[in-house]
Amino acid sequence: MIYLLAVVIGGLYSAGFYMMARRSLLKLVIGLALLSHATNLLIFTVSGVSRGRPPLIPDGQALAGGVSDPLPQALILTALVISFGILAFALALVLRTNESVGTDDLDEMRTTEQ
Amino acid sequence: MNGFVVLPLLIPLVSAASSILFWRRRMIQRWLGLSSSFLLLGSGLLLLYTIREHGIQAMQVGGWPAPFGITLVADLFTGIMVTLAGLIGSAVAVYSVANIDARRETFGFHPLLQVLLMGVSGAFLTGDIFNLYVWFEVMLIASFVLLGLGGERKQLEGGFKYVTLNLVSSALFLAGVGLLYGAAGTLNMADLAVKLRNANEPALVTALAMIFLTAFGIKAAVFPLFFWLPASYHTPPVAISAVFAGLLTKVGVYAIIRVFTLVFVQDVAYTHGLILGISALTMITGVLGAAAQNDFRRILSFHIVSQIGYMTMGLGLYTSIALAGSVFYIVHHIIVKTNLFLISGIVERRTGSFQLKQMGGLYHASPLLALLFLIPAFSLAGIPPLSGFFAKFILIRAGLENEEYAIVAVALMVGLLTLFSMTKIWAEAFWKPAPNEFGPRPVHRTMWAPAVALAVLTICIGFGAGPVYELSEQTARQLMDPTAYIQAVLGVSR
Repeated sequence: MIYLLAVVIGGLYSAGFYMMARRSLLKLVIGLALLSHATNLLIFTVSGVSRGRPPLIPDGQALAGGVSDPLPQALILTALVISFGILAFALALVLRTNESVGTDDLDEMRTTEQ
Repeated sequence: MNGFVVLPLLIPLVSAASSILFWRRRMIQRWLGLSSSFLLLGSGLLLLYTIREHGIQAMQVGGWPAPFGITLVADLFTGIMVTLAGLIGSAVAVYSVANIDARRETFGFHPLLQVLLMGVSGAFLTGDIFNLYVWFEVMLIASFVLLGLGGERKQLEGGFKYVTLNLVSSALFLAGVGLLYGAAGTLNMADLAVKLRNANEPALVTALAMIFLTAFGIKAAVFPLFFWLPASYHTPPVAISAVFAGLLTKVGVYAIIRVFTLVFVQDVAYTHGLILGISALTMITGVLGAAAQNDFRRILSFHIVSQIGYMTMGLGLYTSIALAGSVFYIVHHIIVKTNLFLISGIVERRTGSFQLKQMGGLYHASPLLALLFLIPAFSLAGIPPLSGFFAKFILIRAGLENEEYAIVAVALMVGLLTLFSMTKIWAEAFWKPAPNEFGPRPVHRTMWAPAVALAVLTICIGFGAGPVYELSEQTARQLMDPTAYIQAVLGVSR
């Protein structure tokens, strides 16, 4: 399972960077979204993947070993909310930039670097 | 419980939240923003005073003991940085009264500035590395909106590059946090320091350190990751550029210094040697980039990059005196660089342009403005007895003590080239005759006041370099020996 996830994460990262290397604004944003998905999966995988062992302790018992760690999931939840908000903002920015500049080609957006 | 550690977060939060209740009532928002900025400065000074008197302050948020809960911790470095954030926030809030147009003010400039200051203070105060990521995002989202506020074409173009590269940096940072948690099983920085010190996988830790160096390096704009900065910083109104120039990259530098003194100190010869090399390249590329520019604010933007090199140079040398130099340099740089941006705004008001070619004759038109420019410009280049001289002096002395002659040579040469850039602005904007007539355009005194105040502060730091150096040295000692930091956070010495 962990090897499969590793391959998926690697694939997501490479797809994300590939999309970012394109010239279109919208593809750039899709690339950014893929990067954040890859990162969330990475956090999930790094903490160790286990099946069917929720970190719930019956009343009066001590913690048994080998349960899945709830903290990375809390981290992912936080990161998801943040990346959702930022993605929404980035899409609004794409729309406004496209209206204002009249193109979605990044190579034509060089007026600030001369 | 030291409840007031949370004040630098609460003050801007309350101000921003209540501003939203008064949406589109810009006078109320303006006063809320102004008072909260000055309160932030006050709380920073209170924090600094308390840390000096009673040692490092820590607060366990929500009552969860460290390392399980989120800890807010304030050592001297934090205290200095929060005070500077309050200072720059106050200067810019006053400056913005005349500099930010009514439309931008109506669309929430003041609450956004407060959210930005909250994010910056949060990044300085937190003792938890995931929480640091969250504060970075708070700061970034506010800066994204501030950069695009007004929606001019150049703002959107520059803003897009800024947004993209900062999001890549955040994704890398988050991946680093995840891997670090996988390796050490904790996110509390003090706890990480303890756990990684005893770790027996130096290669893994160094690899993680590189991920963090790249992520923070993008935010701090070090070589070769600085391209977003000169593409975007000159596009928004001056008040916004000034607060970005003063504070944002320094949050990246703060994060680098924090993790590379507290967490990643396993293979100092490699990691800090690399940082030293990066510092040299950052200084050189920044100053050479500036030499090729003809826009007032773009020259200044490239100089930010160049100056970041000096700040990381102290960390690269990794001795107590070198870190003291870094801290001194950060204090000096934040004040001087913000001031130069504020002055560029006054110049623009007088001449109607940021292009050096279209300026001229300002020395005759306004000798006071010329003097006001010369103070921070000379300070930036390191002319005695201004603050920049002492900052460079300490770093160069530290370099000589470590026998790192190459970096000393680079630092000295970059200082000279900085002087060249400043003389170029002087010759073009102030000395040469005006290319076209510009009538007397009054500049509002709310734009003068912060620029004069910061210039006076630069001179004060120059003449009172002793106490400032003493404070920097105490800060550096705390950074070099994190035992007190760890004890303040975890409660017991381990």
